[in-house]
Amino acid sequence: MSDLDGLYRELILDHSKHPQHFGLAAEDGANATSHQRNPVCGDEITLRARITSDGDAIRDVTWEGSGCSISQASASMLSDLVEGMPRTEARTLIDGFREALRSRGQLELDEDVYGDAAALTGVSKFSARVKCAMLAWVALEDALARA
Amino acid sequence: MTSALPQTIPGLDAAALRADFPILGQQVNGRPLIYLDSAATSQKPRQVLDAERDFLTHANSAVHRGAHTLAAEATDLFEDARATVAGFVGAAPEQLVWTSGATMGLNLVAYAIGNATLGRGGASAARFALQPGDEILTTAIEHHANLIPWQELAARTGAVLKHIPAREDGTLDLDAAASLIGARTRLVAFTHVSNVLGIVNPVAELVALAREVGAVTVLDACQSAPHLPLDLPALGVDLAVFSGHKMLGPYGVGGLYGRAEVLEALPPFLTGGSMITTVTLDGAEYLPPPQRFEAGTQPVGPAIGLSAAVRYLGDVGLAAIHAHESALATRLGDGLRQIPGIRLLGDAAGVERVGLWSFDVDGVHAHDAGQFLDSRGIAVRVGHHCAAPLHRQYGITASVRASAALYNTADEIDELLDAVSGIRAYFGAES
Repeated sequence: MSDLDGLYRELILDHSKHPQHFGLAAEDGANATSHQRNPVCGDEITLRARITSDGDAIRDVTWEGSGCSISQASASMLSDLVEGMPRTEARTLIDGFREALRSRGQLELDEDVYGDAAALTGVSKFSARVKCAMLAWVALEDALARA
Repeated sequence: MTSALPQTIPGLDAAALRADFPILGQQVNGRPLIYLDSAATSQKPRQVLDAERDFLTHANSAVHRGAHTLAAEATDLFEDARATVAGFVGAAPEQLVWTSGATMGLNLVAYAIGNATLGRGGASAARFALQPGDEILTTAIEHHANLIPWQELAARTGAVLKHIPAREDGTLDLDAAASLIGARTRLVAFTHVSNVLGIVNPVAELVALAREVGAVTVLDACQSAPHLPLDLPALGVDLAVFSGHKMLGPYGVGGLYGRAEVLEALPPFLTGGSMITTVTLDGAEYLPPPQRFEAGTQPVGPAIGLSAAVRYLGDVGLAAIHAHESALATRLGDGLRQIPGIRLLGDAAGVERVGLWSFDVDGVHAHDAGQFLDSRGIAVRVGHHCAAPLHRQYGITASVRASAALYNTADEIDELLDAVSGIRAYFGAES
């Protein structure tokens, strides 16, 4: 597989064409929202979720935005992954995702842990694209901090 | 991809010139590098690298101070460089101020006018002072460097910032300009060639409109200086800026050109060493231009490198360079128009152009398109190219830009066209 095909796995192109959880929910009931922008390319993402008071879980994740296939696919995959997840676990996953993406191809994302998002492993070889893949994850991190 | 155009343009042998540019000989991602990002920064020939290295190896010393032999030699080389670069744009040495680049030059002008507004520079600077309600005019196609300094100047002074609109085809609306430029217009800042559109703008017409009302004109010549014969005094602008690294020169050096009477009347922006005549603890008097605007240590080595760069451009010949790059632009534009799903930005017919096109690929984000091209060894710029308002006008946030220089060949344009024709299929955007 070429580096380019390693970057643009079929799964990534699928998610970018058919994004999951796309379409921002109304603010009623949601208590965690973050808007993130990549000034280099103009990509932007708004992510919204509801953090339950009882189980401290992430619910009703929705997002909208525009950008390259990596940023859009990453938002779609992240939303699938964290729906229903305890916030502490999500924070750990965000940290691990960031570490893998900044590893310049040294670390791989575990498919058992990251699900479809493990397909973003190839991005770590393309330092200029790490910010694209991180955009939605930074939005969730920020939203959790605000909730 | 075939074309009826000749492979080489008479007067310029790009394939031979490439031998002077060491970086162009390398492979990227297993393919020969095709560098089509010269509007962002140009590559540098050996002659420029050697000139800077020779200076640092044999003559490096502080200029305009000291009595030792090296100091005198460095000063001579530095001032010779000024004369060479000034001559390149048709100016006298004292009309050229060294800057770190065009952004610095434009901010220098904006802050100098702000200082004049605060009463600095005495009676001769009063002509630049802005009153609340005075108008600063720029255009809808500017690089952020020729927009934000004027936004800030307007905010500081109470002046009003207005914009000459661009038509869908990328040309400036001169009818609108004629009605916008009026008694309250004090400054008109515009680009010679947009870094997104590549169209050569009608400088003479805009200067004539500005002169009628006594407005100061500021020209961004970044994308024209390396690509076409440039005579700034003949264009009639009051002030103009360019960046060394976009014209085969080093980073960290650029030029601010000014008409003598304008530079003489402007107060300084940065102050400190090297720009004074007498200093007391309470005040100072300043040197005439250009030194008045050159506080602190100057980029001496880069300036000497830039003088080697403009000598190189001059030896090849700007008319030949312009003809070569225009032919590449025609070949690229003609080829891109034939590829389904490609939209050219600023596709005006019958206008003079430099060798660049920006385009949108339907269904594929510019970053993805650029990544695909990179896998073929082709370097292009993707994003808004520091011209976000212009992209917004075209309803997009980013585009792909291919920009040529004297070292690019028709074969490289054909390789790019071949690669672009595969982008939408790769990303499944054809359905």
